[in-house]
Amino acid sequence: MSARLRYYGPAVLVFVGVLVLWEIVVSVFGIQQFLLPRPSAIAAAFAERFDELITVGRNTLVEAVGGLLIGGVAALAFAFATARWATASRALLPIAIAANSVPIIAFAPIMNNWFGILNPLSKMMVVAVLVFFPIMINTLRGLTLVDQTSLELMRSYAASERAVFAKVRVPNALPYIFTAVKVSATLSLIGAIVAEYFGGAQSVLGQFIITEAAFFRFANAWAAIVVASAVSVAFFLIILAIERVAIPWHASARTRDAS
Amino acid sequence: MTGAVVRMRAVQKVFGGGADQTHALDVIDLEIPKGAFVSLIGPSGCGKSTLLRLIGDLTQATGGTIEVNGKSAHRARLDRDYGIVFQSPVLFDWRTVERNVELPLEMSAIDRRARAERARAMLALVELSGSEKRYPWQLSGGMQQRVAIARALSFEPALLLMDEPFGALDEMTRERLNLELLGIWRKTGTTIVFVTHSIPEAVFLSTRVVVMSARPGRIIDVVEVDLPQPRNDLTREDERYFAFVTRVRERLRGGDSAQVAAKTRAAAM
Amino acid sequence: MRVSSIYTFAVLRAARGPLSFLVLASALALVWEVVKLLGGEQTDAWTPPFRWKIASDLNMPHVWDIAAAFAEPAQRNGPPLGLVLVDAAIFTFREAFGGFVIGAVLGLALAIVFVHSGILERALVPYVVASQTVPIIAIAPVVVIWLQAGWLSVAVISAYLTFFPVTIAGLRGLRSPDPRALELMRSYAASPRDVLVKVRMPAAAPYLFAALKVAATASVVGAIIGELPSGIRDGLGGAILNFNQYYISGPPKLWAAIIVAAVVGIGFFAIVRVAEAIFLAGRLGRVET
Repeated sequence: MSARLRYYGPAVLVFVGVLVLWEIVVSVFGIQQFLLPRPSAIAAAFAERFDELITVGRNTLVEAVGGLLIGGVAALAFAFATARWATASRALLPIAIAANSVPIIAFAPIMNNWFGILNPLSKMMVVAVLVFFPIMINTLRGLTLVDQTSLELMRSYAASERAVFAKVRVPNALPYIFTAVKVSATLSLIGAIVAEYFGGAQSVLGQFIITEAAFFRFANAWAAIVVASAVSVAFFLIILAIERVAIPWHASARTRDAS
Repeated sequence: MTGAVVRMRAVQKVFGGGADQTHALDVIDLEIPKGAFVSLIGPSGCGKSTLLRLIGDLTQATGGTIEVNGKSAHRARLDRDYGIVFQSPVLFDWRTVERNVELPLEMSAIDRRARAERARAMLALVELSGSEKRYPWQLSGGMQQRVAIARALSFEPALLLMDEPFGALDEMTRERLNLELLGIWRKTGTTIVFVTHSIPEAVFLSTRVVVMSARPGRIIDVVEVDLPQPRNDLTREDERYFAFVTRVRERLRGGDSAQVAAKTRAAAM
Repeated sequence: MRVSSIYTFAVLRAARGPLSFLVLASALALVWEVVKLLGGEQTDAWTPPFRWKIASDLNMPHVWDIAAAFAEPAQRNGPPLGLVLVDAAIFTFREAFGGFVIGAVLGLALAIVFVHSGILERALVPYVVASQTVPIIAIAPVVVIWLQAGWLSVAVISAYLTFFPVTIAGLRGLRSPDPRALELMRSYAASPRDVLVKVRMPAAAPYLFAALKVAATASVVGAIIGELPSGIRDGLGGAILNFNQYYISGPPKLWAAIIVAAVVGIGFFAIVRVAEAIFLAGRLGRVET
């Protein structure tokens, strides 16, 4: 118990300390609210607009999750299909890594044109393209970066390609996949919010922030930012929990490494 | 006892091509009788591991013939005639101990209940009963290697290939596992080919020690170790045991120094 | 004979990256036109078997129309679009590079601090991670108000994205040396600075380069996003926003801007990769993040 307190204590202290300091500095120096609203003002705005914030947060989350599903499934399918041809996937990997450095966000207006600016699908597709490469690259790595001796062991059993795939490559890839999905969870939410910036339905986090900021209601905008972060963290934690359940051997092995 | 399990005739293995080629193995003739415990010993680079891998069809010879149980090594692999144990245990992190042992059985489409039963029996054989549900990382290095042995034996292969299986373990663990391995060998009657670079280990375990030299890899002597069975800790204090150890050591040194001298002369010219 | 073949091999290796990129780009263009052929718009010579909304000239302009748009003036009597976009690309790259440098220095500094102080690590690392869940597009206007509109404020916004991978990889890299190497330095009574410079930093180099590649990409993304809400219209983000507004009157212009943005992203990534290859030449064990 006390070990836990010692471990998490500093982080909690920083959280409380920063909030208090923030409140004091803003009040004492009279910093204007468009520069930085006080935490208490943000909290008040949060309470006041609670229902609306929940609605816009949910709508954006739907876009993010939908996009993550579309992009993730496509990435997995692509990686699994190409991993069967070792040379093809080796040639593909550097290209995919380079393609990953394309600022996907630039495609947001195109997706609005393609799938309809009011259709949530247009935001989902931005997210889908955004998460496609990280998940695909990591899956491909996990399927191909297999311990050579494990492959020899399977060879000594005269195992079929299928058995090698199912019993060695896929389990080996699972931690890689979860790592990518965890990163993509955060990415998907940010991607959705940026995509919303290029126009579309009003009842979403991105548009809420723009509108409130345009009317100088910065406390409301900051409350929405807090919601965005909170949703993002929650999404990440949910995937972390799924990972713990799905590949317990990995999580336990990791905590052992950490201790 | 008539048939040899392994029969090698004029086997060669050359790596690379052109000017860069190296003769890993040069004209190997070797027979391994059924039920034997044969050790391959030699300096690093003598091709002892390559020889083992040739028998297991994990690599192909560039000349000569290899028969395992009267068929080609390739056929023997497809028939699942041998189990293999590497220097590292190569256990799958994502499987419990029990399911690691079951792995080769899954390949032979043996039903679940029979697999579990077999795994339990094998783990009992290597004295790991009670660890069935644990994950590999929860075991010590010696225990992990015992799981690897249980896995290799689980489908009752005619031939057990072991590539320096205890090389990474401490001396005490190694001696205990040597005794255990001999016990398993007696109980199962499996033919074992064992690669090592420890002379005492080779002599203690084997009915026959194949002494090899490096570059090109050749067999310089085959020492029949007719120490009484079953062997135990007292064997290690037997005078004849020391005599065998000395003999293998001298053969290794002799073969070695002659080769080195020849090499040095060649390099000087 | 032999030497020349080695030389040819090296040239081929060096050319492989750009070459495969060209092949991929051509393949993409080919697929693009095939889609248009199958479901695009009717012409005098060809009636496509399908009618797909996505493949219309508005949604998917012809490859040659996009290419031609580079040469045509962006506005009436203005300079050709290609020149405008090159200017915008240079502007955005400057922001991105600024963000990259600020982020790398800050990220590495944080990693060094965290490696030496367990309390600070436990106190701050959770917030370093949480910081990446804050949508930068939302805080960008605030930064612009603080620092005045200009490339520097966008660079700071971009640094918000780039410091993170450097900190995380730096932390891992600085921790990666063999404990025995640290004990060896201890036996020499080496100062913490010596340990950092002679053991930890060299060990961290491969990790840092892996992170810098990620950071290069992130910095371009950050620069483009940063331009959007801050009213800065001289860069690629501004160009994308602008051509999006007038999309109906000229779809190829938006596509041209997107292509230039893609080239900037890939180009920056490639620069860091080359730097990595030079800096880590002869070292084993490149790290991937």
